[in-house]
Amino acid sequence: MNTERNIKKLIVKKPLKLDCGKTIKDFPIAYETYGSLNSKKDNAILVFHALTGDQFVSGINPVTNKEGWWSYAVGPDKAIDTNKYFVICSNVIGGCMGSYGPSHKDPDQKIFGTNFPVITINDMVNAQYNLLDHFGIDKLFSITGGSMGGMQVLQFISNFPDKSKTVIPIATTSSHSAQNIAFNELGRQAITADSNWEQGNYTSNDTNPGKGLAVARMAAHITYLSKKGLQEKFGRKLQEREDLKFGFDADFQIESYLRYQGSVFVDRFDANSYLYITRAMDYFDLAKRFNGNLSEAFKNTKAKFFIISFTSDWLYPTQENKDIVIALNSIGADVGFVEIESDKGHDSFLLDVPDFLSALKNFLDKSYEEN
Amino acid sequence: MKNEFQVIADLIEKDKKVLDVGCADGTLMKFLKDNKNMNIRGLEISKEKVQECIAKGLTVIEGNAEKDLKQFPDKSFDYVVLSQTLQAFLNPELVLDELLRVGKKAIVTIPNFGYWKVRFHLLLKGTMPVTKTLPDEWYNTPNLHMCTIKDFFHFVKSKDIKIFKSLALNNLNSSIINESNLGVKNLFADLGIFLIEK
Repeated sequence: MNTERNIKKLIVKKPLKLDCGKTIKDFPIAYETYGSLNSKKDNAILVFHALTGDQFVSGINPVTNKEGWWSYAVGPDKAIDTNKYFVICSNVIGGCMGSYGPSHKDPDQKIFGTNFPVITINDMVNAQYNLLDHFGIDKLFSITGGSMGGMQVLQFISNFPDKSKTVIPIATTSSHSAQNIAFNELGRQAITADSNWEQGNYTSNDTNPGKGLAVARMAAHITYLSKKGLQEKFGRKLQEREDLKFGFDADFQIESYLRYQGSVFVDRFDANSYLYITRAMDYFDLAKRFNGNLSEAFKNTKAKFFIISFTSDWLYPTQENKDIVIALNSIGADVGFVEIESDKGHDSFLLDVPDFLSALKNFLDKSYEEN
Repeated sequence: MKNEFQVIADLIEKDKKVLDVGCADGTLMKFLKDNKNMNIRGLEISKEKVQECIAKGLTVIEGNAEKDLKQFPDKSFDYVVLSQTLQAFLNPELVLDELLRVGKKAIVTIPNFGYWKVRFHLLLKGTMPVTKTLPDEWYNTPNLHMCTIKDFFHFVKSKDIKIFKSLALNNLNSSIINESNLGVKNLFADLGIFLIEK
């Protein structure tokens, strides 16, 4: 989190009134771009990241030195072809990859911690909207993202109905379910139960609530996979041992795998950001702003929607994605929908799932030809 | 098949909003979109076919006509098209009612089980008919409710559905079906095309 020089930032001067009532201004949005904006400025795609993502969609993430989180989908000749499209992605506010968040300092030079205002999905997209002005883009060609990225997609087109030609929410929901709030709460409890959390006032990496954050990640990681996927990959295979050890070490490969996932996550993610972002997801209920009628959220847009879900995603199941399709159909919107066969669970959208990637590519390229 | 699409296209005015139920790989949709500039959507149950539609740049919703037509409001399309699929539903009557609720008008085409070749096949060979429009064997056919042009004609009449136009198709020839020539058309057409409204 300290390779600041690799992070491009836009300082938003304009005050932004947040849903919690507070106003922020002169705040940074960290972003990255891929490909180039054409002269007509009609080839821009705004990608929104999920809970633990960041602006480094593709290529090598300069902070983690690992592949960008959507490298399967975004890049030259990929589904979102950066030879053709200009891809913009920014770190959400509340995040920890350079955008305004709880690890930043307040005006009194004190680290915010939990004094950072609670933010919502609505706040995130309103902040990111400033990127359009920054690049002089009047209308995006597309907006897309999976999971929490999909929530931002829905919120963005609701807030700015004529600012994108196409809209691709993936493996998402219009309203966070009780089950998903429950999982998020489990993660938050793991973090706040870590004595190093110190009410959010931990200040250095040495004393951060890494154990709590790792447990939060482990629990969440299970929800991103499917039972079948886990069984096929790990089964009851043992971790570098011939037999059970009759102790509490990681006997099983799945245990070792989860511990590893927890430990690498701690190196790249801030515990307070995890609290803030999961809260934003829990608060997401798009229909609520429209008296419970989701269709109303989209009634002013003429954008072309394409909604994608995955068979084995039990976190944001097909039905929740279909509810969005139904809301759009009831107002005669232009909407396509496909459920992709995959046993990779919710994570399918991040992985090499050929049917998904080809559907995404075909939808984008054909829509762009009609431009 | 191509001729069927041409006949369907001729029944629909330009710039109309159309839903193709059971749109398969989108051949008809593409034809209507390219030739008549229609605002056309498809509903298709097969994931593979949905992918083919997307590859053609068509707007398609993966879904089951027997369950998913529900989501469309009353009269939200100018035309709803159902090409050679009615006989494959568990409950064709319910689907027909839904088509006429969702569409201001519906175009339904049916492979005619009364076609002379079908009748001859059963009469002479004594086995379930296999023809160009009915290519499957009895054990793998998706068709659950085969009917004849005459059956369908009487059926829609009994439901007080208005028939605007009914056409008999045989190879490249199409001709009008009416009450008086129904018996003949039922023998010589392998496909019936009905433009109906409720």
